[in-house]
Amino acid sequence: MSTELEVLEIELLTEGIFRHYGVDFRHYAYASLRRRIWNCVRAEKLSTVTQLLDRVLHDTGSMERLLLQLSVNVTSMFRDPGFYRAFREKVVPMLRSHPFIRIWHAGCSTGEEVYSMAILLEEEGLYERSRIYATDMNEAVLAQARKGIFSMDMMTEYTRNYALSGAKAQLSDYYLARYDFALFRQSLRRNVVFAHHNLVTDGSFNEFNVILCRNVMIYFDRELQSSVHRLFYASLRRFGILALGRKESLRGTDHEGDYLELDPVERIYRRMA
Amino acid sequence: MQRAMVIVGASLGGFDAISALLSRLPASFPWPVVIVQHRSAEDTADTLQVMLQRLCALPVREVEDKDPIVAGHVYVAPPDYHLLIDRGAFALSTEARVSHARPSIDVLFDSAAATLGSSVVAVVLTGANADGALGVVRVKSEGGLVLVQDPATAESPAMPLAAIATAAADEVLPLEAIGDYLSRLAASRM
Repeated sequence: MSTELEVLEIELLTEGIFRHYGVDFRHYAYASLRRRIWNCVRAEKLSTVTQLLDRVLHDTGSMERLLLQLSVNVTSMFRDPGFYRAFREKVVPMLRSHPFIRIWHAGCSTGEEVYSMAILLEEEGLYERSRIYATDMNEAVLAQARKGIFSMDMMTEYTRNYALSGAKAQLSDYYLARYDFALFRQSLRRNVVFAHHNLVTDGSFNEFNVILCRNVMIYFDRELQSSVHRLFYASLRRFGILALGRKESLRGTDHEGDYLELDPVERIYRRMA
Repeated sequence: MQRAMVIVGASLGGFDAISALLSRLPASFPWPVVIVQHRSAEDTADTLQVMLQRLCALPVREVEDKDPIVAGHVYVAPPDYHLLIDRGAFALSTEARVSHARPSIDVLFDSAAATLGSSVVAVVLTGANADGALGVVRVKSEGGLVLVQDPATAESPAMPLAAIATAAADEVLPLEAIGDYLSRLAASRM
């Protein structure tokens, strides 16, 4: 088995990146990180992880490519339509009583799910008093998210997702088709702040009514997951909402007992204590 | 051989094939069995888990992030996630589809081979694509065992044929024989 040497090389790579660039992948889930690292090794036309370490330490361009490869940026509009339906049915009624709604979308990637939430809030009449703080560790994806331009090829799938999400209009009401691109309405961005934040190294920056962090922590190990859950707990108001991915839970974290499960399938939780 | 693990890949026609395999495993089967079955991303109602549990003597679970891997349990990959083997636990990923598939059989097989080496027993069942072919090569190169369903007994022979074409297969077995083969193998290694 090549495992022991591979483990050592990957440890050296993540330690080197952390010490030199301050970006911390040391507590990422090993199995999936390993896979992405090998994808980088191949993309750089190298043959070992140690060669990759050599290159990223001496070539900032390759570090930027690595950063994009190691963070997972697969997303889509109204991804898991059932989540948005549950959010409309179970969370929106709770938010109606709030004069001001602060939402933190942690790990927003290229923004598709942020625009989806903005559309949902607009349709529910809540957007005017909402502010969405959409954060990611990666500046390149944030720059893309700010543009609100998505490939026209995706609109069939997104339109279908949107319809299943409890839609109140047509998705095409929200964008202009220009050649191969869909330009989403500027006004959807009026209450969104896109900002850099790394869940591994950055702290709490506000108190929120809702925190969305879906399919982000699956890339972290248990220790890092626990630390992020402490951050979320500290950043969420009492009776605030925490939304995780469908196959994630609070099981085994320090705060398991502090939340009530609002939707067992869509993994929507409410902070009670 | 406490750390041995059976990993199974199936695609088109997979439900019946997996059913045939699992129904032959005794309640005393000592290894975890981890299954990737290609299916729609929208198949979110636990249907596969519920249906398989009806005919399987072992507990069947649809995997959640970081679930521990327990001997004598059957695990199925959730729809729309890659399933990977980490040290002692599962990991999930929403990374891009691999050869149009998420979950991907190759991704599961590769991670199992990297983590468990020669303790892996890989099984390729019916399917209309070539997923699993890269995976069995990897399993074989780490010293694991590769079983492939006899294409003549497969509802869709392409996937078994692709696995056989890699020359990584240790055994090509008719569907009805795979469960018994695994039971005997486990008994002989205890």
